[in-house]
Amino acid sequence: MALLTTAPAGADHSGPARRRAAPPSEPGARAPRRLRLDVLGLTPFAAYVLVFLAVPTLLAVGSGFVGADGGFTLDNVAALADPVIVATFVNSIGLSLLTAVIGAIVGAVLCYALLAFRAEGAVRATVAAISGVLAQFGGVMLAFAFIATIGLQGVVTVWLRDVWGIDIFADGAWIYGLPGLVLPYIYFQVPLMVITFLPALTALKAHWLEATLTLGGTRGAFWRRVAMPVLAPSFLASFLLLFANGFSSYATAAALASQGSQIVPLQIRTALTSETLLGRENLAGALALGMIVVMALVMWGYAVVQGTAARWQK
Amino acid sequence: MSLPVRQRAATLAPSPLGGRVILAVIGLIFAIPIISMLEFTLRAADGGHSVEHWLALFDPQNARSYAPIWVGLGNSLVLSVGTVAIVLLLLTPTMVLIALRFPKLRRPFEFLCLLPLSIPAIVLVVGLAPVYLVIGRTIGTGIWPLSLAYGVTVLPYAYRAIQASIDAVDVGTLAEAARSLGAGWGTVLLRVLGPNLRTGILAACLLSVAVVLGEFTIASLLNRQNLQTALVVVNKQDPYVAVILSLLALAFAFVLLLVIDRGAVARRGIRSRRGHQ
Repeated sequence: MALLTTAPAGADHSGPARRRAAPPSEPGARAPRRLRLDVLGLTPFAAYVLVFLAVPTLLAVGSGFVGADGGFTLDNVAALADPVIVATFVNSIGLSLLTAVIGAIVGAVLCYALLAFRAEGAVRATVAAISGVLAQFGGVMLAFAFIATIGLQGVVTVWLRDVWGIDIFADGAWIYGLPGLVLPYIYFQVPLMVITFLPALTALKAHWLEATLTLGGTRGAFWRRVAMPVLAPSFLASFLLLFANGFSSYATAAALASQGSQIVPLQIRTALTSETLLGRENLAGALALGMIVVMALVMWGYAVVQGTAARWQK
Repeated sequence: MSLPVRQRAATLAPSPLGGRVILAVIGLIFAIPIISMLEFTLRAADGGHSVEHWLALFDPQNARSYAPIWVGLGNSLVLSVGTVAIVLLLLTPTMVLIALRFPKLRRPFEFLCLLPLSIPAIVLVVGLAPVYLVIGRTIGTGIWPLSLAYGVTVLPYAYRAIQASIDAVDVGTLAEAARSLGAGWGTVLLRVLGPNLRTGILAACLLSVAVVLGEFTIASLLNRQNLQTALVVVNKQDPYVAVILSLLALAFAFVLLLVIDRGAVARRGIRSRRGHQ
């Protein structure tokens, strides 16, 4: 701690000090060896990332091109055009889009409401902590929470039935199907929006509003003509992140939907664990390839939009 | 000069009342599933409410049916320790080295660390299965090697937390000052940079623990038992205990993240006070 105050970035004392620390030999002679040592220092991490990130990703994508006989084939990739698989991709993309739109809007409204509270006060801290938990810690527990809420004997289900006479499952137990995923997904999308969008909203300068008002504009005009265009890239970037989050989510769906595989992650599970069809595990590779392509497109869009957003946040 | 303008004009925030109303409405809606979980755990066999399911958790008679939970929790704790070790011994030194020696590598390294965000865990599993087949053959099928995979999944979170700390202090000057006073690299890392990056490193570790405790995808598909897979197993026999433990885990993660946030605020407070001197 003390070092923070005793080591200012002053050039005045570093000159002689550096000379004292430098070895009596030629500095140039030592440099290459030190550089080699530094590069050596990077190797453990590089090796780790290679084995546990690069290799698995390449294996996952590569296995999509391997046939049951171990040779190269395009059959698995061609299987992506299968109507059932196309439908799963459409389901996945639709679910991610829907929950990302709702999550982004509700999350943005929540961020706006948070501006009414002190930046480092207890309210924002609590909301931030809750958002962190719900955005990253959901998964299986989220499935339990929604079974307890709108499951067949859930609190809300029973309340609606007993008090209002509404049977939300009159058309079947949709909670265990695709529609049942919408509410749980929103439940982790909104907190993620709060985490990613709040910094952009707080970066909005109050003096821009002052300037607008001084020039005779209204608050409404400020939000429409100044704030929204400035926030648009950040909002879009957060939205894309939410989409990616929904698209790659597996745990909630796996714990909730015990049968069927309406979305791509569940389809991968089926392909990985299928015991009936030999060689199906390579279909998992093709599905993984499909997911990577979608994610790459989203992340590319994210990078483009972020570049625009960064210009405003300086 | 700008005083009159300032008095008239205003803040971007909604009115205090408006902010509270929005927060309360959304907060209430988000509280419903949590309250439902709580209500569910308090349901008694006779249709009323009681704490019998909470008490049952400590009943030795049920120990056998809850065994998977304790195994899973133990495994998750081992995995947390392993993942934190990766963050401390592998990621942090590499980040310091890059900050000190390879400033040009910063952007590519950031990209690398954030990459796992865009590779879904389910995709990673497809490729990790063959990797773990080899690992299983060479160093055994114990639980701890799984933390090597978890190290990758926590990489983006840990990177962000630590990098924020590295940006906040001038690591180059600190390291050079310490070196010029005769400190070795070990001393520089452990006694000079370590304490200065403490907040970020602590946040990275706590976030890693939270992510590992909540992880399901990889463990489930590689047939390993952790807290989450155990919850799914136990849920089939005794949904009450699964929900009770979920609630406890959520509360635990909430406290962890609150600690991170409060720690960061306290830290900022110290720095801004120092700035005023």
